[in-house]
Amino acid sequence: MSFFRMQGSFIDNLPKIYGLYTGGFVLFVGLMAIAESAGVKEDTIGLMFVGFTIAIYALIGWLSRTMQLDAYYVAGRQVPTVFNGMATAADWMSGASFVAMAGGIYMGGHPYLAFVVGWTGGYVLVAVLMAPYLRKFGCYTVPDFIGTRYGGNFARLCGVLVLVIASFTYVTAQINATGTIASRALLIPFGVGVWLGLAGILLCSMLGGMRAVTWTQVAQYIVLIIAYLVPVIWMSNKQGFGLIPQLVYGDAVAKIAELEIMHQVGVLKPAEAVAGMSALVNKHNAPPDTFVGSVRFVTLVACMMIGTASLPHILMRYFTTPSVRDARRSVAWSLFFIFLLYFTAPALATFTKLQVLDPGLATSVIGKSVAQVNALEWVQKWSSVGFLKVIDSNGDGIVQINEFFMRGDIVVLATPEIAGLPYVISGLVAAGGMAAAMSTADGLLLAIANALSHDIYYKMIDPKADVKHRLIVARVLLVAIGAAAAAVASLRLTNILGAVAWAFDFAMSGLFFPLVLGIWWKRANKQGAIAGMLVGLGVGTWYLYMVKWGGMKPWIGIDDLRFGIIGAGASLIAMVVVTLMTPPPDKATQDMVDEIRIPKGETVLGSTH
Amino acid sequence: MSTDTNQKEVHWNRTRNLMIIHMIIWFIFSYVVHWIAPTLNKISIMHFPLGFYMAAQGSLLAFVIQLFIFSKQQEKIDRECGMAEEQ
Repeated sequence: MSFFRMQGSFIDNLPKIYGLYTGGFVLFVGLMAIAESAGVKEDTIGLMFVGFTIAIYALIGWLSRTMQLDAYYVAGRQVPTVFNGMATAADWMSGASFVAMAGGIYMGGHPYLAFVVGWTGGYVLVAVLMAPYLRKFGCYTVPDFIGTRYGGNFARLCGVLVLVIASFTYVTAQINATGTIASRALLIPFGVGVWLGLAGILLCSMLGGMRAVTWTQVAQYIVLIIAYLVPVIWMSNKQGFGLIPQLVYGDAVAKIAELEIMHQVGVLKPAEAVAGMSALVNKHNAPPDTFVGSVRFVTLVACMMIGTASLPHILMRYFTTPSVRDARRSVAWSLFFIFLLYFTAPALATFTKLQVLDPGLATSVIGKSVAQVNALEWVQKWSSVGFLKVIDSNGDGIVQINEFFMRGDIVVLATPEIAGLPYVISGLVAAGGMAAAMSTADGLLLAIANALSHDIYYKMIDPKADVKHRLIVARVLLVAIGAAAAAVASLRLTNILGAVAWAFDFAMSGLFFPLVLGIWWKRANKQGAIAGMLVGLGVGTWYLYMVKWGGMKPWIGIDDLRFGIIGAGASLIAMVVVTLMTPPPDKATQDMVDEIRIPKGETVLGSTH
Repeated sequence: MSTDTNQKEVHWNRTRNLMIIHMIIWFIFSYVVHWIAPTLNKISIMHFPLGFYMAAQGSLLAFVIQLFIFSKQQEKIDRECGMAEEQ
């Protein structure tokens, strides 16, 4: 009994615990600021930030260790709505959201905002179509639902296949990001940074599974949101945009439109290509005005949204709430916490662009002499690490818009320096980026390892395995998959965002319709679901291969980032056609579907299964 | 038994209708407003061109508000049909 009392009091005390934690973190930032003014070197401060935060996450991971099945797989199903919302937000916002999104908007302008819309609106699908029903079902993993709803190990296996392909694509990008940030902050080679990042990730998840990941993700959300908002608000205050800069940058958008004409953005093209960097050629506020352009916008939005609702590491977060009602509320809170970052990113991109373009500001770059620009401290620093380059292609000694090359990531990473904020803010940003990448990697690794340990090992290979064996297998798999992902990440196959978008496309191609129709269409049967998963995945992968490497021209602008449209379309057709050609599911299955549609009553699967 | 089945049917019909309404709202804010962004940009809201605003902020805000309202509405349906969980 005393164990349960302690559990209860832990949950009741969560606001106090995380309040203290937040206060402690703010205090730590203050101490670092004092250390900086006392002359502590910048490298040491960066190291302290990354080292200290990882140590805290590891401590939480160790404190949350468990040998209970439902604690390991679904955090004991007692995570309160608001905290699950924060954990989901951290689970969701990856290195790409934190580091690359604002830079993408800076470079791409309006068309890139498709990511902002797509990565938020997907939660409407999660709340309305999926999460409450999967919670009522009571599964441990997403393939657990597929396997039980449709019946048979083969359907389950197909679910695991899609999950592994989508999540593994995603996790390599995250481990790549942790490696990049760790190598910069700790001054170690990238290859070492990748393995060190993995060690940190495993410390958070290995001993306590979902329970440990939940409580570290809440801690990581707090760090990442502070790290994202503080520099933007500080910078906008310096520029006189006030305390809530997100609401008042409309005039900056108009100002940029004037400056773009002056600097001939879009007219002047770069004379040469610089690997990994680009010069600004897209206007900030130029919405797609051609048919293909509009198609590209809405198909990207659709892929990111439907992908959101199919990604197992997100769906499984809603298995951890105490009730169906809480799962539904928790999706709303998740989106609220995600919104805080996503509606800030376009503001950050706009402010940074204004600082670079506006000759009236001391920070401006375009239109100044090459000598002046090269003398700027932040330009020197980021040029030396290959994030930025000035090439005077026309030899007039002045930096034109097409002569200033940079990597998009710099918009977030260098904001504090561009705006002349103290270095302690840069350390904070590094810690935030690390938190974002680690928390997503945690969730993804756990999703893969849990599917393999629960759905493959326990359900197919050894159904008689006892709890101890199941949890040991789960942990061994976690380490093995982490190591495989780190090995792939150290090859640096693609840039962060390319791989992230693909993960969404893979997930929606194989999983979206089998999941949705499993809940909303009682007639859907095993044969249909298997066809939906395999045909969707197969056609999607074929299309990706053909447009990316096979030399095929994309259909109406649907390129490799959007292949999920083709995959999910094929999946829907295959699933409906095959289902209608084969007999309907038996009475027991239909009753099960009725059961998950009402919140009250016991879950379909028992609390430990 | 038959009243229970009846209740379940009413509950599911109302749930499905709510789903359809929210999918329509979702569709408008996800696709329609962005498809007509060049037209919307002629309107200005809080000094923003409306088309840009919707993509950078407006649609996001709509989704957040929509989900809190959806969760209230679905809870009401569950309660009124006697399908809510015991808390």
